[in-house]
Amino acid sequence: MCLAVPMKIVEIRADGKGVADLGGSRQVVDLSLVTDARPGVYVIVHAGFAIETLDQAEADATLALFEEIAQGASEGAVAE
Amino acid sequence: MNYIDGFRNPEVAAQFVRMIAEQGRALAGQGRRVRIMEVCGSHTMAIGRYGIRQLLPENVELISGPGCPVCVTDPGYIDTAIALAGKGAILATFGDMIRVPGSDSDLTACRSGGGDVRVCYSPSAAVELARAHPEREVVFLAIGFETTIAPVVSIVEEALRAGVRNVSLLTAFKLVPPALHALLADKEIKIDAFLCPAHVSAIIGSRAYEPFAAAYRVPCVIAGFEPLDILYGVHGILGQALKNEARVENQYARVVRPEGNPKAQARIARYLEPVDASWRGIGVIPSSGLGLRTEFAAYDAERKFGLPVRPGRQHAGCRCGDVIKGKLRPTACALFAKVCNPDQPVGPCMVSAEGTCAAYFKYTLPEEKRGGGK
Repeated sequence: MCLAVPMKIVEIRADGKGVADLGGSRQVVDLSLVTDARPGVYVIVHAGFAIETLDQAEADATLALFEEIAQGASEGAVAE
Repeated sequence: MNYIDGFRNPEVAAQFVRMIAEQGRALAGQGRRVRIMEVCGSHTMAIGRYGIRQLLPENVELISGPGCPVCVTDPGYIDTAIALAGKGAILATFGDMIRVPGSDSDLTACRSGGGDVRVCYSPSAAVELARAHPEREVVFLAIGFETTIAPVVSIVEEALRAGVRNVSLLTAFKLVPPALHALLADKEIKIDAFLCPAHVSAIIGSRAYEPFAAAYRVPCVIAGFEPLDILYGVHGILGQALKNEARVENQYARVVRPEGNPKAQARIARYLEPVDASWRGIGVIPSSGLGLRTEFAAYDAERKFGLPVRPGRQHAGCRCGDVIKGKLRPTACALFAKVCNPDQPVGPCMVSAEGTCAAYFKYTLPEEKRGGGK
């Protein structure tokens, strides 16, 4: 029920709604619950509404941490 | 980059599983078991789909809490919805609701009997339906946790703006923090840590869990829904357990901020106020729901049509209530996979795609026992 997916905003329409893309499939998204939505920004889409923007720096930091883990980095890096 | 695949990398998963196994051994050395409750149906499904329970050490247990808003909806709510359809209203609903049993019937049977039940992906569709059918009343089945509440209550905002008067909400909104309080206060339920929901937390913020970590000494780790998110979450919880810590750890910082989403909170507060709510299987929890403020009574289906929701009746043998509280594994229910399966569900935990029983049925039963079930 609370499933939501990150989609990239590709366009802001005249009515204030956004067009968001996930792997080539596009949908109209209500942007009234988020700030700073603009083309290029990822939003978390639930029931046709963007409920939050995705912080790409935070996402990249987590992915970098996972990358370290994959390379058998020391466990201390994860525990902290 | 789509911010999905990176969180499903099998090599990282294997490494996490090794690290978690090591933590499990260290805890076992201290004679400890750790019971982790997830309180989000999307976590329940992801744990089942990716087989995460089977990857964990024997002394680390994942139990499912009341994380599915469909599953905790009182059967009396369905009874009122059916009565509204009987009065000629168009019922607009998320798809999960249409097979949830009421006291005597469900919305699928209601539709077969001529009731006008429409499944919507987005609540905005309710206002469009009302515009398209100005001579009819449209009632949206407004269930959900914090994630869903702001989008759904936007129906009222849109209707007010557009001057649409023939749409209303049948509300059964539920709030997660009061349910956590109720679970922790129940001495029969042993919970050592919470794997906190991803998108509920996006709305309420990571700070909302601080009182639980402080008062009940349970680690609260906010995790996303991808398999690596969940393994990372379990690893974080066990790390805290080993150090005898209990704090809020936000591992889903790419989406969840400490203060949550202020715009969504403001919209919720503008239209809704706290009400006592009845949770199927748990009972009434004070101030655990939200209802429309009196000034918006014209959009409140119960008041508009004089059809208040009263507690309904549940199937006598159904143990969904104990399953929801984490007291009983679905497989220990006498009805599970015998008379209750996704094709012929007895209780809501088997109906909803995110119900605990449905997840167990789909992901833990061997093929031959699933029979005709999906």
